[in-house]
Amino acid sequence: MPATQSTGESRALIDIRDLSFSRGGRPLFDGVNLTVNRGEVVAIMGPSGTGKTTLLRLIGGQLRAAAGSVMVAGEEVGGLSRRDLYRLRRRMGVLFQSGALFTDLTCYDNVAFPLREHTELPESLIRMVVLMKLEAVGLRGARDLYPAELSGGMARRVSLARALALDPEIILYDEPFAGQDPISMGALMQVIRQLNDALGLTSVVVSHDVDETLSIADRAYVISEGQVIESGTPERLRDSDSPWVHQFLHALPDGPVPFHYPAETMADDLRRAR
Amino acid sequence: MVGLLQRIGASTLASLGTLGRATLFLLRVIRGLGELVRRPHLLVQELYSVGVLTLVIIVVSGLFVGMVLALQGYYTLVDFGAEQSLGVLVALSLTRELGPVVTALLFAGRAGSALTAEIGLMKATEQLAGMEMMAVDPERRIIAPRLVAALISLPLLAMIFILLGIGGAYVVGTSLLGVDGGSFWSQMQAQVSFTDDVLNGLIKSVLFGLVAGWIAVFNGYDCLPTSAGVSRATTRTVVVTSLVVLGLDFVLTALMFD
Repeated sequence: MPATQSTGESRALIDIRDLSFSRGGRPLFDGVNLTVNRGEVVAIMGPSGTGKTTLLRLIGGQLRAAAGSVMVAGEEVGGLSRRDLYRLRRRMGVLFQSGALFTDLTCYDNVAFPLREHTELPESLIRMVVLMKLEAVGLRGARDLYPAELSGGMARRVSLARALALDPEIILYDEPFAGQDPISMGALMQVIRQLNDALGLTSVVVSHDVDETLSIADRAYVISEGQVIESGTPERLRDSDSPWVHQFLHALPDGPVPFHYPAETMADDLRRAR
Repeated sequence: MVGLLQRIGASTLASLGTLGRATLFLLRVIRGLGELVRRPHLLVQELYSVGVLTLVIIVVSGLFVGMVLALQGYYTLVDFGAEQSLGVLVALSLTRELGPVVTALLFAGRAGSALTAEIGLMKATEQLAGMEMMAVDPERRIIAPRLVAALISLPLLAMIFILLGIGGAYVVGTSLLGVDGGSFWSQMQAQVSFTDDVLNGLIKSVLFGLVAGWIAVFNGYDCLPTSAGVSRATTRTVVVTSLVVLGLDFVLTALMFD
């Protein structure tokens, strides 16, 4: 079940070099370099709208880079044929922000979905795998519920069980903590870290929940304005002397990222109203 | 004036762009049809929700259209003393035009809108993106079975519509209007040709099925992933399908029955 350490591939499972990407004429990434090694939990942080989700889509091959390269497991994602891309995706699991569960299937059938699609396993074996995956996220008892009957945190855990169904090597988490109550948040943090270590996974966590993310990450990247502005271990980030990183990590309302949206001066605006 | 030209140009370009995307989409779906042959149960499920669940409205409408047609046809024919040809009139109107067209319009309202809304909502809730990342191609797993189900269902529904329409006309004609049952059927048998009338009607409904299914799944797949986007796409499916079916029907009639 753990990712096999093939000798042919380097330690870096995801390697992004000089990535540029723009959307709607606005450059989202401009020369981003980022590496995720085998077995690590790597956090990618930054304020909303910096394209963190877009980065995951680039890694998953749903979008193509305008320039630079996105290598996953030694393969250039943007240059793959459809067949090769789908083969590569079977080695990745993605946890979407909304959970993206199929609303007309029960939890059990949601987790069984990728198994039924990709394997010829008999139902008895699928049942065993599904129950194991649900047990790993603590929701074996909720298997007959529909997604609408779950809380947000539970839905994300079911979605995680589904992402794990095919025993991927890489799991990409899109804002796993957003909008969670403290208990669900704690449960998710524990599950992410423990699964990574127990199953020998490699995890990428995209988030702007600083404390939660840094407490489970081995390394973190902070992205702003299309660039990586700081990277390293959580300790190194906390000690960073960049005022921007300081503002971000300590949640200060004003700083290099201004509180006010750019505008003419208040006095001018008021005078005009007369 | 320049502004008007600009707007016309922009909307023309936008429509052409949509048409191009829709065509490429259709080609991709057709190329992925092989998977459906290996997993027919996906199609069976969609045949149920697209075809069987549309039956009620088709059965009721077919009956009533036939009955009304009998009344109206009779009042016109009786002036010429030709009321015994009621069967021919009803059968020709239904097989050539009303069956395929009315079925397609009802289908767009009942099944097409449901398809668009379902696919659009799956897109809005990231279910399609999630499927893609599970290495399952939504164009093959979700779109293809629905398109093929529409293609198969619509001709069958149209046939049912026609049969019930003729049945309704027979009941009204013989019991209410005093048309002779024997001449109702025998004149129909003598004057309705299988190749010219029934087969052409069938060809029409197959084409309408393709068009209705294509418009419905494309609008869902292409919609803005918001609640307003899904609602607009659903409306567009019904409106565009209706207009395209009516336009296409005119062209087909002009080509088929000269």
